[in-house]
Amino acid sequence: MSTKPLLRVRDLRTQIHGDGPPVRAVDGVSFDIAAGETFALVGESGCGKSMTALSLMRLLPDAATITGGVVELDGQNLLVLPESQMRDVRGRRVAMIFQEPGLSLNPVMTIGAQIAESVSRHTALSGAAVDARVIELLDAVRMPDAARRVNEYPFQLSGGMKQRVMIAMALACDPALLIADEPTTALDVTVQAQVLELLRDLQRSHGMAMLLITHDLGVVAQMAQQVAVMYAGEIIETGPVQTFFKGPAHPYSRKLFDSLPERAGRNRMLAAIPGAVPPLHRLFTGCRFAERCDRVLPHCAGTLPAWHVVGDEHEARCHLYAEVAAQTAPGAESTADQGAQIAARRAQDEGSGALLQVKDLQVYFPIRKGLLQRVSGHVRAVDGVTLDIFPGRTLGLVGESGCGKTTVGKGLLRLVAPTGGQVLLGGADFLALDRKALRARRRDVQIIFQDPYASLNPRVRIGDALEEGLLALGVGAGAADRQQRIDALLTEVGLSPDIKGRYPHEFSGGQRQRIAIARALSVEPQLIVCDEPTSALDVSVQAQILNLLKRLQREKGLAYLFISHNMSVIDYMADEVAVMYLGRIVEQGSVDDVLRAPRHPYTQSLLAAVPAADPQAARPVLRLAGDLPSPVNPPSGCHFHPRCAVAVTHCASVYPDAQRLSATHVARCHLCKQD
Amino acid sequence: MTLFPFRFELLWTDALVWLLVAAIAGYAAYASARPHLRAPWSRVSRSASGIAAAVILATFVLAGLLDSVHYRPLLPPQDGKLAYATEVRSLLDRVLEPLRVKREKTYSAPLATHLYAKETLQLPDGREVREFPRLRHGGAHLKDPAADRAGDIALRGFRGLAVALLLWFTAAVALGAAVAQRSGIGIDAAWNDIWRGRTAVPWRAALGALAVLAVIAGPVVALAPHYHVFGTDKVGQDVLYQALKSIRTGMVIGTLATLVMLPFALVLGVMAGYFKGRVDDMIQYLYTTLSSIPGVLLIAAAVLMMQVYIENHAALFPTTEIRADVRLIALCVILGVTSWTGLCRLLRGETLKLRELEYIQAAHAFGVSHWRVMMRHVMPNVMHIVMIALVMDFSGLVLAEAVLSYVGVGVDPSMISFGTMINSARLEMAREPMVWWSLAAAFVFMLALVLAANIFADAVRDAFDPRLVRAGAAA
Repeated sequence: MSTKPLLRVRDLRTQIHGDGPPVRAVDGVSFDIAAGETFALVGESGCGKSMTALSLMRLLPDAATITGGVVELDGQNLLVLPESQMRDVRGRRVAMIFQEPGLSLNPVMTIGAQIAESVSRHTALSGAAVDARVIELLDAVRMPDAARRVNEYPFQLSGGMKQRVMIAMALACDPALLIADEPTTALDVTVQAQVLELLRDLQRSHGMAMLLITHDLGVVAQMAQQVAVMYAGEIIETGPVQTFFKGPAHPYSRKLFDSLPERAGRNRMLAAIPGAVPPLHRLFTGCRFAERCDRVLPHCAGTLPAWHVVGDEHEARCHLYAEVAAQTAPGAESTADQGAQIAARRAQDEGSGALLQVKDLQVYFPIRKGLLQRVSGHVRAVDGVTLDIFPGRTLGLVGESGCGKTTVGKGLLRLVAPTGGQVLLGGADFLALDRKALRARRRDVQIIFQDPYASLNPRVRIGDALEEGLLALGVGAGAADRQQRIDALLTEVGLSPDIKGRYPHEFSGGQRQRIAIARALSVEPQLIVCDEPTSALDVSVQAQILNLLKRLQREKGLAYLFISHNMSVIDYMADEVAVMYLGRIVEQGSVDDVLRAPRHPYTQSLLAAVPAADPQAARPVLRLAGDLPSPVNPPSGCHFHPRCAVAVTHCASVYPDAQRLSATHVARCHLCKQD
Repeated sequence: MTLFPFRFELLWTDALVWLLVAAIAGYAAYASARPHLRAPWSRVSRSASGIAAAVILATFVLAGLLDSVHYRPLLPPQDGKLAYATEVRSLLDRVLEPLRVKREKTYSAPLATHLYAKETLQLPDGREVREFPRLRHGGAHLKDPAADRAGDIALRGFRGLAVALLLWFTAAVALGAAVAQRSGIGIDAAWNDIWRGRTAVPWRAALGALAVLAVIAGPVVALAPHYHVFGTDKVGQDVLYQALKSIRTGMVIGTLATLVMLPFALVLGVMAGYFKGRVDDMIQYLYTTLSSIPGVLLIAAAVLMMQVYIENHAALFPTTEIRADVRLIALCVILGVTSWTGLCRLLRGETLKLRELEYIQAAHAFGVSHWRVMMRHVMPNVMHIVMIALVMDFSGLVLAEAVLSYVGVGVDPSMISFGTMINSARLEMAREPMVWWSLAAAFVFMLALVLAANIFADAVRDAFDPRLVRAGAAA
């Protein structure tokens, strides 16, 4: 680049000191950001991307120190500025927004006051001019009814709205550079699409540069011009988005792409990266990725790879590119054989009767008010859901957070008490069983949870945790048999039986999720409710877990109720899909029906909002405005009509009946009458 | 039976104290085999203030435990029959024998050689004079008290100090050798590490606390056999002896009352949080009601009832010690019953949070019984709160005893405690000239005990509170 970059980072090093040797969280990171450009820093959790951002702002926690390097903003080295001058840089020239908008706002100050604080700190404005500027900023972030909202408190706003307020604060003084640290990770996909579009427009209108930190390649493809991939504290590949997405060079970047469920065919295994990120307190002599790399060369572990040009401005730090710039692109190993098997298995399973039938399931949570705790209303978390789950198949349940999908899973397991409806399992109504009979049937249905850290008791050893279900449900004859079963289970989920005596804190998220799967399998269930089992995991670990779940299904003929908000995971896993909105199913059918030819406007906008990991992909046109309404007081008629772009008048008054569109496809919308 | 010239007497509080010691030893053995239980304690041992407080606290505990081994000595045989004394003594009494038996007539100031009040004395020649008589024991070895007293005190104090420092030095050398052997380095290097505070366990702080202890205790130990270091009280009893005896009373109250309170708080708190709904409502009403009644009122009522019971059934309680002991237990029970609400509320909140966690949901999905879920999944995960509450409440209860005994509804008046010492000081302070040493001694001892307990509790809280630990690890 001929022009001088806005931000120039050279050999930035940050260490975290604790017990033991220092952790080199950022280890020699260099990059440039030009004015008005979006630079994406991609990587899995723990690779040092957030630490890089905090180091730029000099907002590191006490235990971390910057040990070397240069950070130049417009030619001025930020690392040598005194703290008093650094405060002027923060906010005025470089602003930052964080992942969790709920934690970044002060709950006892109105949002107007919080924005005004940042305005008056960094500009000469005062009095009424500040107020005017605050409203102007809120308008700029497309806050509806800005003049009224300035006096509201953070708790009155939804997650997306709070993130808009954070962006407004960041924009208060027209910063030259905006650092966005996972700005949309905590948001639903529809809200994420709104916020990303807003950021893109603001950047264009303000001519602001942006450092976007994310783990989501889809977001990168939609937003960035330049991209850098981080691994174990250093950047391993950098280049323009177009060339990077066309041909990622570093084996790690390739693997990241291959582990995306949407890239693999439904019937293929996902490419998973074996092993885990090496601990960063280690001293590296060679390539940090060598031990997990499938194309490792003899000298990879011993020699540090240099930067090699692989294309137009596209560089990678890998020995593979030492001689020839562009080798033949190594393709992912074909897993088509396995794919064929899966397909055959599927065909075989077709036609058998339903394993579990959910009929008109209702879960209402009472709202109590007043001195006597009288019930004054209900949160209709699940409001008449009907589902069929077939043996050996996967039903995907999709929806935004708060739509009640998790409550369906817990309701049919009776982990929350359902208000009405039936759950027929092997002919008996699961919901009508008494405590003793219920206990006997608990063997048939198990559950895997979202958070691998909360799903294992930190005080109970792995072996004891696995034995719990066996003991409670009387599986296995005697202690020796139980231990044998536990060993077999651990082997089955790809762990060594030796870990029985260890405690959960010694395991990574992916390993814990494997243990949780083993625990669910221990009582040999027929159906497993998978409640967002991979949403807390990195994409490469997600691939391992999804592969494992698919293999177990194949081998044991398990049925899954797979709950997720991630469309591509659902697409990969599910045979049938049900889309949920505000406690009800709005569209249901085979995966091809629902995801390839969606008929309900909600399903259509949900699919449109997913950022595709491909910068060439057409920008979706269907934007979903607003947020999910409250299930205490659902809108009249079709629950979706206030947000629906194509709503007609009677949508507001009549709840639509189920329209059967084909043998397998059902939608609840007035507009998709079969004609 | 004639083998031993004494008979052990196990008072109720002794039994409970030793049970507690056994329980703590059991817990230590259990925890040392489990890394997640051992980790917070090793964090405590790495805190400099914590380890210094532990040294001071250990000294108090030692005194308290010595005072919890009671026996009745064999009386000299009369008519060939063996009989044991009716008076129950403790090991501490045996150690402090000289202090206990060397009684004066009435008040005497610290390190004095004469009584604090003038008396009419008959001179050998038959004349009567009013002057301050010599003490029977304090400074009795001096020929000319006015001339020799200051020199004698200085000499003895200095000698005591020297011996104490010598002992301290021996301990330090032993520690250095132990550290050197542990970490496999030379003694010099080990000493260097300790001195510069580079050891994992801050031994420097422990040695510092020990040095302070030695500097204070050395001269006191050297002077105590010949003087009344803290003076004497109204009936001429040594105040230092009283202060040392008070330690046990305070510690018994502090520990046993928490022990009584614990089952209430644990069972009710966990049940309220776990079952929610009706059960929660009932338990909440119970503790809201209980905490709205003034605690002193309840305690006063209960103690007075107990007193009446003891008086009406005198046959059940043969000696004054046993009577005082039963009253002490009653006080512990009452303090425990009235003080569980705070911990209960904390545990309820934590359980409310825990019961929604996924491992508990997973246990429900296996049909694991409520009882088992509470025992296995909830209890171990609230133990850090219990541990913090235990050490924090201890000092509060020691202070409560002092207040209650001062008001007159605390321990039996015959039992020496900080409260009874302060109570008697009420009149002494109103006297002219004022008698201040009783109060001062109680104040100094109680301050040292409670301050050490509080600092130790702080270290324990820092080590056990998961939020603080995580913040420290992330920072």
